[in-house]
Amino acid sequence: MATIFRGLGATTALSASSKSNSFDSNRFHFQSRRSLSARKATFLVVRSEGKLNPGLNSRARRPDHFIANAVATKTDSSAASTASKPGHELLLFEALREGLEEEMDRDPTVCVMGEDVGHYGGSYKVTKGLATKYGDLRVLDTPIAENSFTGMGIGAAMTGLRPIVEGMNMGFLLLAFNQISNNCGMLHYTSGGQFKIPIVIRGPGGVGRQLGAEHSQRLESYFQSIPGIQMVACSTPYNAKGLMKAAIRSENPVILFEHVLLYNLKERIPDEEYVCSLEEAEMVRPGEHVTILTYSRMRYHVMQAAKTLVNKGYDPEVIDIRSLKPFDLKTIGDSVKKTHRVLIVEECMRTGGIGASLTAAITENFHDYLDAPIVCLSSQDVPTPYAGTLEEWTVVQPAQIVTAVEQLCQ
Amino acid sequence: MALSHIASSSSRSNLLKPLAAALSCTPSLRRPISSAADDSRTLTIETSIPFTAHNCEPPSRSVDTTPKELLTFFHDMALMRRMEIAADSLYKAKLIRGFCHLYDGQEAVAVGMEAAITKKDSIITAYRDHCTFVGRGGTLLEVFSELMGRKGGCSKGKGGSMHFYKKDSGFYGGHGIVGAQVPLGCGLAFAQKYSKEETVTFVLYGDGAANQGQLFEALNMAALWDLPAILVCENNHYGMGTAEWRAAKSPAYYKRGDYVPGLKVDGMDALAVKQVCSFAKEHALKNGPIILEMDTYRYHGHSMSDPGSTYRTRDEISGVRQERDPIERIRKLILAHDLATEKELKDTEKQVRKEVDEAIAKAKESPMPDPSELFSHIYVKGLGSESFGADRKEVRLVLP
Repeated sequence: MATIFRGLGATTALSASSKSNSFDSNRFHFQSRRSLSARKATFLVVRSEGKLNPGLNSRARRPDHFIANAVATKTDSSAASTASKPGHELLLFEALREGLEEEMDRDPTVCVMGEDVGHYGGSYKVTKGLATKYGDLRVLDTPIAENSFTGMGIGAAMTGLRPIVEGMNMGFLLLAFNQISNNCGMLHYTSGGQFKIPIVIRGPGGVGRQLGAEHSQRLESYFQSIPGIQMVACSTPYNAKGLMKAAIRSENPVILFEHVLLYNLKERIPDEEYVCSLEEAEMVRPGEHVTILTYSRMRYHVMQAAKTLVNKGYDPEVIDIRSLKPFDLKTIGDSVKKTHRVLIVEECMRTGGIGASLTAAITENFHDYLDAPIVCLSSQDVPTPYAGTLEEWTVVQPAQIVTAVEQLCQ
Repeated sequence: MALSHIASSSSRSNLLKPLAAALSCTPSLRRPISSAADDSRTLTIETSIPFTAHNCEPPSRSVDTTPKELLTFFHDMALMRRMEIAADSLYKAKLIRGFCHLYDGQEAVAVGMEAAITKKDSIITAYRDHCTFVGRGGTLLEVFSELMGRKGGCSKGKGGSMHFYKKDSGFYGGHGIVGAQVPLGCGLAFAQKYSKEETVTFVLYGDGAANQGQLFEALNMAALWDLPAILVCENNHYGMGTAEWRAAKSPAYYKRGDYVPGLKVDGMDALAVKQVCSFAKEHALKNGPIILEMDTYRYHGHSMSDPGSTYRTRDEISGVRQERDPIERIRKLILAHDLATEKELKDTEKQVRKEVDEAIAKAKESPMPDPSELFSHIYVKGLGSESFGADRKEVRLVLP
C-alpha cells in the first residue's frame, strides 16, 4: 500500500527522507511570502515496492517555479490581510476592479464577458468604467445566455485569449455546467495537453440579504468534483485583488467565488503590485487551542466569535482556506498538528459541501494528530428562505461557533 | 421520399453534365492520358443541383476545379472511406471500444470544405470527427493509435474516438456532448475577430444537435457581433434513431437562423461543398455568420452499436449509395474528363487500402500510455496537490 511521508518536520527518519531534504528549513526563506513563510506541499509517495517514483518526486516540491512571478512580492510578514505599509483604501469590488484593470493593461489578450459588464458597469460595479477604457469587444456585454457565452469564453481560451466570464450571480452558472465541466475542465486532458484553457469564471454567490432561494446558492460544492479546474474564494480586498490577478495569470481554468455581502468591505491595500498564491491558505489569527477553518463570508462570523472566545480564555487559530480546490493541506496540516482540534465553519450545504470534503481530507491525512472528531458547521440543507429570521437560521452564526469551540475544547 | 427525388434528379444531371462539358470543350475528348498531368488546367463543372438560399444570393452552380484537385478529392475520399471501414472491423474485433461514430458517406463534406479554406481557418465538430481530422492533416497512424487507446494517438490515448484535436492545423475537436461545440466555435470566431486574423471558423453540427438551445444562443451572439462563424449543419437526416421530421418542426435547417442567411447544399457533391464554403468564407469575413446545410447521408448507423437499419430501410441505404455516393461521383467525373483511367483509379484505391492496413498494423504494435499519464495534463504545469484513483487507496501521488 502506498504510504505518504511528510518531508517537513524532520521526524520521519526513513530512507525516503533523503529526498525530503529539499524541504529543509533553508526553503523557508526562499521567496518569502506574507504570513507564515514559505510553505510547501511536501507529499512524497513511496509505493509498497519501496522505490520512489523519481519523475513525480522531482516536481513534488511546492511549485514556486511555475508561479514564480505570481508570488507575492511583499517581503514583510505582518498579519495576514492588511498592509502594514501605507497604501490606499478601497472597497472589495474596487479591489477586484483594480486587479482586473492592471491585468488588462498588462496583457492585451485579457478580456471580460458577461451580462451588463460593459455599458452598465457590472451589476456589482466590478467592471465599472472598463468598457469606456478598453472598448466593447474587450468588455463584452452578452445576452442572457450563460451556457453559450461561457462556451464562447472557453472556445476563445482554446485559441489563447484569456477571457474572464462573469456570472451575474454564481447560481446562473448552473446553466453553464456542461460547458464548465466538460469543456473547461476536461479539454486539457482529452486533447492530450494540446489545449489549455486559461479562463477565469467569477461571480458573487452565497447567502445575501433575503435574496430568495435561487439567488442564494453556493456552487462551490457542485463544482468541486470537476477535474481540471481550480477554485478560490476571496474574502478581503487584499486577497480579492491578489487572487483575481493570480487567477488571470494562471494557465488553468479558475473559478473565483466572491460573496454578495462582502463587496463593500473596506481595507487598506498596498500601492505596489502584488499577486496572491492560488493554492495557499491564509492565516488570519494564529492560536493554540483549536484550528478553525473557514472561507469567504464565514471568516467574519468566525472572527466575531473569536473575540468572544478570547474573552472566555480560548486561543483559536483561524485559517481562511481560500483555495477550495485543491486544499492547502500543508498549512492546514501544520495547524492540526499544533492544535489537535479542528472546527470547520462554512456557508456551503451540509451534504456534499466543501466542509464535507475537507473533513474527509483531514481525517485521511491527519487522523493521528486529532484529539477529537472534526466538527463541521455548515448551512442547513434547505433552500434559503426569504424571511429574515429563517434565513438567519440557515447559515452559521457566531454564537453557534462559540458553542462548538467550547464543546470541542472540553 | 424526398431523398429518392434528389437521387434521381442528380443521377440524371450527373451523367449529362460532364459529357456536355466535355463536348463543349472539344479538344478534351481525345487527349492522351499523360497530359492529364497538366494540372493547372481549369475545368468548370456544374454542381448536381442548384443551391437553395435563404436571405442571400446563392453562389453560381459552376465550380472551377483542376484535374489535380479532382484526383486529390478521389484519393482523400477513398482514404477516408477505407479508414472508416477498417475502423468498423477493428471495432468488431474489440480493438476499438466505447463509442465509434463513422463518417462514411459524408466524406464529401470534409474534403470539399478543406479545398475551400486554409489551415489557419478553424474547424470544430462533434464526435463524428475521424475524417475531419484527417482532412486537417492528421495521419492515419494518429487516428488508429487514438482509436485503440495508444500513446501515439493524437490525444495520447486519453481522448478516444470522440476527442480528436489538432491544434497546429486549427482543428478544435472532437466533442462528446453534441451542441456544446457550437458556443465553443463561436468563441473561436470571437478570438479570430479579436485578433483581427481575417480567418473564419466552421462550426459543424448535425441535424440532431440543430435543436439545441445553445446553438441559437450562440448564433444570436455571433450575429450581434458579426463574428466570422460559419455554422454547418451536416444533415444526414437521422439524429441517431430519430428521423429529422420527427425531431424538428422545421427541418429546413438552413432557414432556422431567421435573420442569418442560409444555403442548402448537396453534401454528397464535393465540388458543391467547396463552392459554398468559399462563398461562406467571403461572406462571413464581411457580414458575419451564415448557416450552411449539407444534405448528406451516413451509410453506417449512428455509431457502431447501432445497426442503422431499425429506423430506415436497407433499400434506402443502398439507393443512396448507388445514386449519390460522393466517391462514385468524382470517379465518374474523372473518367468522363479522361483525367485518369479506370485502372489508375483502382490502383489508387488499392494503394490507399495498403496505407490503411500498414497504419493499423503499426498502431496495433504501438505502446499503451504509461500509468503515470493518468495524472498528467489535468492541470497545466501541475500544482503539487494530491490526486487519487477511484478507491483512494492505490495510486496517490503529487500531480506533476
